[in-house]
Amino acid sequence: MPAANALPEKISVKDLKFFYGANLALKGVNLPLYDRKVTAFIGPSGCGKSTLLRVLNRMYDLYPKQRAEGEVLMDGENILDPRQDLNLLRARIGMVFQKPTPFPMSIYENIAFGIRLYENLPKSEMDGRVEQALRGAALWDEVKDKLAASGLSLSGGQQQRLCIARSVAVKPEVILFDEPCSALDPISTAKVEELIDELKAHYTIAIVTHNMQQAARVSDYTAFMYLGDLVEFDETDKIFTAPKQKATQDYITGRFG
Amino acid sequence: MKDTSKYRGRAATNSVWMALSVAATVLGLGMLCLILGSLLWNGLTSLSPRVFTEMTPPPGSAGGLLNAIMGSLMMTVLGVLVGAPLGIMAGTWLAEYSAGSRLASVVRFINDILLSAPSIVIGLFIYTVAVEPVGRFSGIAGGLALGVIVIPVVLRTTEDMLRLVPTALREASYALGMTRSLVIRKVIYSAARSGIVTGILLAVARISGETAPLLFTALNNQFFSWDMTRPMSNLPYVIFQFASSPYKDSQSLAWAGAIIITMTVLVLSITARSLSSSRTS
Amino acid sequence: MVDLAMQATHAETPAADSRLKALSRFKLSDAVFGALARLSAMTVLLILSGVILSLIIGSLPTLRAYGFSFLTSQSWNPPLEKFGAAPSIYGTLVTSAIAMLIAVPVGIGVAIFLTELCPPALRRPVGIAIELLAGIPSIIYGMWGFFVLNPFLQSVLGSGLSLFTAGLVLAIMVLPFISSITRDVFDTVPPMLKESAYGLGCTRWEVIKNVIIPFTRVGIIGGVMLALGRALGETMAVTFVVGNANRISANLLDPGTTISATIANQFGEAEPGLYTSSLMTLGLLLFLVTFVVLSCARLMLMRLERRAGA
Repeated sequence: MPAANALPEKISVKDLKFFYGANLALKGVNLPLYDRKVTAFIGPSGCGKSTLLRVLNRMYDLYPKQRAEGEVLMDGENILDPRQDLNLLRARIGMVFQKPTPFPMSIYENIAFGIRLYENLPKSEMDGRVEQALRGAALWDEVKDKLAASGLSLSGGQQQRLCIARSVAVKPEVILFDEPCSALDPISTAKVEELIDELKAHYTIAIVTHNMQQAARVSDYTAFMYLGDLVEFDETDKIFTAPKQKATQDYITGRFG
Repeated sequence: MKDTSKYRGRAATNSVWMALSVAATVLGLGMLCLILGSLLWNGLTSLSPRVFTEMTPPPGSAGGLLNAIMGSLMMTVLGVLVGAPLGIMAGTWLAEYSAGSRLASVVRFINDILLSAPSIVIGLFIYTVAVEPVGRFSGIAGGLALGVIVIPVVLRTTEDMLRLVPTALREASYALGMTRSLVIRKVIYSAARSGIVTGILLAVARISGETAPLLFTALNNQFFSWDMTRPMSNLPYVIFQFASSPYKDSQSLAWAGAIIITMTVLVLSITARSLSSSRTS
Repeated sequence: MVDLAMQATHAETPAADSRLKALSRFKLSDAVFGALARLSAMTVLLILSGVILSLIIGSLPTLRAYGFSFLTSQSWNPPLEKFGAAPSIYGTLVTSAIAMLIAVPVGIGVAIFLTELCPPALRRPVGIAIELLAGIPSIIYGMWGFFVLNPFLQSVLGSGLSLFTAGLVLAIMVLPFISSITRDVFDTVPPMLKESAYGLGCTRWEVIKNVIIPFTRVGIIGGVMLALGRALGETMAVTFVVGNANRISANLLDPGTTISATIANQFGEAEPGLYTSSLMTLGLLLFLVTFVVLSCARLMLMRLERRAGA
């Protein structure tokens, strides 16, 4: 089903099943995430798109009774392996959430904090990294005069870009976006989308969205999911102009969902 | 047509019960106002600078409560130093580590029991482990008894407050690759800080009036002493002793002590309450 | 494309190395912190077992000397080393019963007022006042009972320090508990449920009687049991006013004693041996009774919480 081309796969999902207790939420999904491309997961609520995203950084491990079967290979290494170190894994795979989640500390600390986890930097270098991250998230000009202010004092859109900056600052290889714009106004949304477009030069990106236009705008590849199955995966252009499956066509034309 | 005669009966029943409920409120609040009123009256008239500058006198003569106030403060501090870290860590374990395990529900259940267990029994327990073996009453034993009372209060509030921290914040921290203890210490604690402080304030309020557990742990001391290995004076004990004394001077010191304790408790509870409400709003 | 990807992977390697090093540092502090948290949680269990064990060990001499007759004997004579718990038990039960008889209806009445009748502007201040009063230390209630209620009842009923006075002081003390728990429990009733009853044309009282109280029965009983646990174990509020007479009298206006009052008054001066041990046994008895009552209370409140959560 995936388009047969020679793009390198950063992450390969192989026959992934996911359980909430006895509930089967993903029914054997196979999917590549191509290196430095944006892949969008779309589908109606409860189709498993967020679940799939949360498998990729093993966020589900925080909760008892949730488990995954199958393989998820990142650079050939199975991240579902129980011996996989979750902290290292999550440092390599950043995540941005539905609602902005700034930490209850200053703007500067929000960024520096994550960096300090794994690197000991002198102050000057740290300042540089913070600035770089904030610039990368197109937030620098708005906050450079109030880095000591609380991260919670920013507007929703700024908070979300702060969270993106925070993820970028720890130099991940992959960034996961879980409906990053669902709590934002259209202008902030446009900024975040622009940002995603710039980020893909350096990072492999997966984004869950319920907004069809957003998927079309930001992604290179799109996966349409339904009831725990991957129905169709292809280049975004093809999915939106010539879907092969009837269900995909119905969904993107708004006939259900 | 509805039968209004039946309705009139129902309406009357309703009025009677509602009147009773209002009466209950007036009665209940009235009693409580009466208590506060007589406390204020007797207490304020007994307060004078001497209360804070002089030691407790022998029965029947005038004096102050300085040694009792200091003793209470020192034992309260010890109680909080012992109880608060244990309570916070235990609450952390329940909220962040135990994830619905059987052991966790046992701990939670036992803690809830300890929260309302008779404090005099705590006094007997500390007497057995910290007074009897040593052979003397001591400020340390008193502080330990108070610490045992602090633990369940702090544990309960800490757990509740940590659970209020949004899951998203927790996930966002893990998503950065933070280890569990870092997530807790750096992010979750700072998000729940005012809640945890509230718990400690409530615990201090709770122990600042506790009398029964001090009766046979700290006992009393007529003089001021920094030495916590000896019997130590404390406000509740002095109130208990002086209130039952026949001398007016002693009784008035008891009232002064009572109003000091009550005001402390009220100030602590109001501070705690405003801290937690400023958080939720 | 493939080449680019390869380069990128190589470029990451040093960073990954330093991450590994940083991680091993974290792992240690992580393990220490987790172990400390677990240990602290276990101290709760340790305290409970410590309390029970120390009381049982302290009680052994009494239990050996008197066995179950300790529970029924009425004498309390330290010089002759004759000890019996019956008057203390009687007084504890009677004062708590009086307290509950008064405080439960009044407390529920206050809760009804607060949830259903109170003008919204008053609701918060009255609720806060009640919660603040619940925090006032019991010694204050005892003192008030001794200095104010005692002379008043002395002039009205001819008896100031008595089981009845103790019950009355206890009632006033547990009233705020019952009110605030009952109010919280009433607040768990889904508004839709109340509204559908009002929608049928029910009066307030009918809604309370037929919807709110049945819906929250378990929680109310739990709250009452919690208050009962407090009343049974309360020391200072009782010690001041109960009269401290070791006897059983059917007349509630006679002085009596309770388990906690006996311990509070005598433990400090008790001789080691059977005297101290008898007081320990009283403590054990008190703890077991309150443990059972409080356990029932918690179980009931938990049932309600589960339902509210589901």
